Amino acid sequence: MRELRDLARVRSKNAGPFWITLDLFCDDYDAVAAIDTAAFAARLRCDPDAVRRFDLPDLSVVKLSLPRPAPQGAFHDRDMHGAALGAALEGMTVPE
Amino acid sequence: MLVPAGALGLGWDDEALARGVARGPDLIAIDGGSTDSGPSYLGRGVSKYSRAQIKGEWAALIDAARQADCPLILGTAGTCGAGRAVDWMLDITRQILAETGRSARIAVLRCDRDPTALAEAWDRVTPLPGAPEVTPDELAACSNLVALAGVEQVQEALATGADIVICGRTTDTAILAALPLAAGCDAGCAWLGAKVGECGALATTRPWSGVLELDFDAAGCTVRPLAEGAEATPQTVAAHLLYENADPHILHEPGGHLDCRPARYAADGEATRIEGAVWVPGPYSVKLEAARLTGFGAQALAIVRPPRYVRHARAFAASLEAEARRRIADRLPDVAYDMDLRLIGVDAALGDLEPDRGAPVEVGLLLRVRAATQEQALEVARIVNPLLLHHPLEPGEPMPTFAFPSSPPEHATGATYAFVLHHVLALDDPMDGFSVEAFDA
Repeated sequence: MRELRDLARVRSKNAGPFWITLDLFCDDYDAVAAIDTAAFAARLRCDPDAVRRFDLPDLSVVKLSLPRPAPQGAFHDRDMHGAALGAALEGMTVPE
Repeated sequence: MLVPAGALGLGWDDEALARGVARGPDLIAIDGGSTDSGPSYLGRGVSKYSRAQIKGEWAALIDAARQADCPLILGTAGTCGAGRAVDWMLDITRQILAETGRSARIAVLRCDRDPTALAEAWDRVTPLPGAPEVTPDELAACSNLVALAGVEQVQEALATGADIVICGRTTDTAILAALPLAAGCDAGCAWLGAKVGECGALATTRPWSGVLELDFDAAGCTVRPLAEGAEATPQTVAAHLLYENADPHILHEPGGHLDCRPARYAADGEATRIEGAVWVPGPYSVKLEAARLTGFGAQALAIVRPPRYVRHARAFAASLEAEARRRIADRLPDVAYDMDLRLIGVDAALGDLEPDRGAPVEVGLLLRVRAATQEQALEVARIVNPLLLHHPLEPGEPMPTFAFPSSPPEHATGATYAFVLHHVLALDDPMDGFSVEAFDA
């Protein structure tokens, strides 16, 4: 088994105050694109139906956009720029 | 069009800027803000950057525009684009002109809205996906409310013939797309080029150089980096559509949307040529942003170094927090407060989403408090202070002492704000509620 961090660089960033977007820049696009949205959602502890997913083979990118865990700047928001969420995915195991 | 950087305040490569000026741009355009740094700036109507930094950069751009003999435009002045931030930027501009013995014609686009008037026009307001529920009281409590201007309002400001245009809140793309659209360039590629260019050289192989040139024409747009060795490749250009954007295909703007999917990208030396993007006109609506005061904050930091405490940091923090809440309830029974304790080195950034467990040498205990007044927030933090210094892991063990990085360890962090709106407002006329004023200074 490999980990996602071996297959892709993950960039996490706000997409406005109420959304966050994860760009998975893939070295092995096919392996990352084969990961089920529900598996990503489980790591992000969110409803899979809330995840907007874009598979972009031309750019070797899988993009996941989801409502922020807390609105940006709310008292319990931990990450003003939404910069750290990618770390929640990097250790995911990916089948060979 | 010359874009010196992704935002005023970030700086740029001077040589690249000089190269761009020498190429004779029709406009120098730079963004001045975003919601990305949080609700405090819009709530207070202030810039996130130092006045000295902004003044120095803006003076250099006023000079560059004079050399290029073209206008200079700033979008979303002072981070948030609220009236107070626009006035701040105007004051800086007047100071620069006075100090350099120059005069200029200035146009100002204002984008502020009155919360009461918006509440009365609520039938014209539509929530966007993910929008929070908004109560009338929350709306009325907004200290600043702005509508994001599109190209129509920016074109009105440019049409004054001003040398310097200072805009309140604009969409990221509006200041870049306004001129090519007014000149009849290809609409889809005007918008797409503007989207690629809104972060300056971020869409190139030298993101920190800042400077980017956009050449618009009737068939498309060419994205050209100007720093030594920089390239804008079809890959770096197309990939920029991902950045801070929930949807990489469709970009909503006032009066329609851009469909990026048909766009084609072709390398042209160090530049990339874009053709084929499609603009789809739609009903005219503008996005709204607002922030309201939610209280006042205090923070304290203690560093826990004893290995046994570090190993049991979560249990230790839970015990400390429970004791803190008991003491606060005892001593400040009438004070409403929010409090959390974050474990730096354990899961401060991700909380429950943190999948990894490391073995840190030390753990930072970050106490965050919010209450209705600054003094209440500090009082709560002061009650927690002795626990941050001495709370034992187990009752009856020798009293530990943790490392405080400062005296006092607790600090007032000032007013706290929340973003209130993620909505759009339908307008009959794009200028409804916006204003443009031009004058000599």
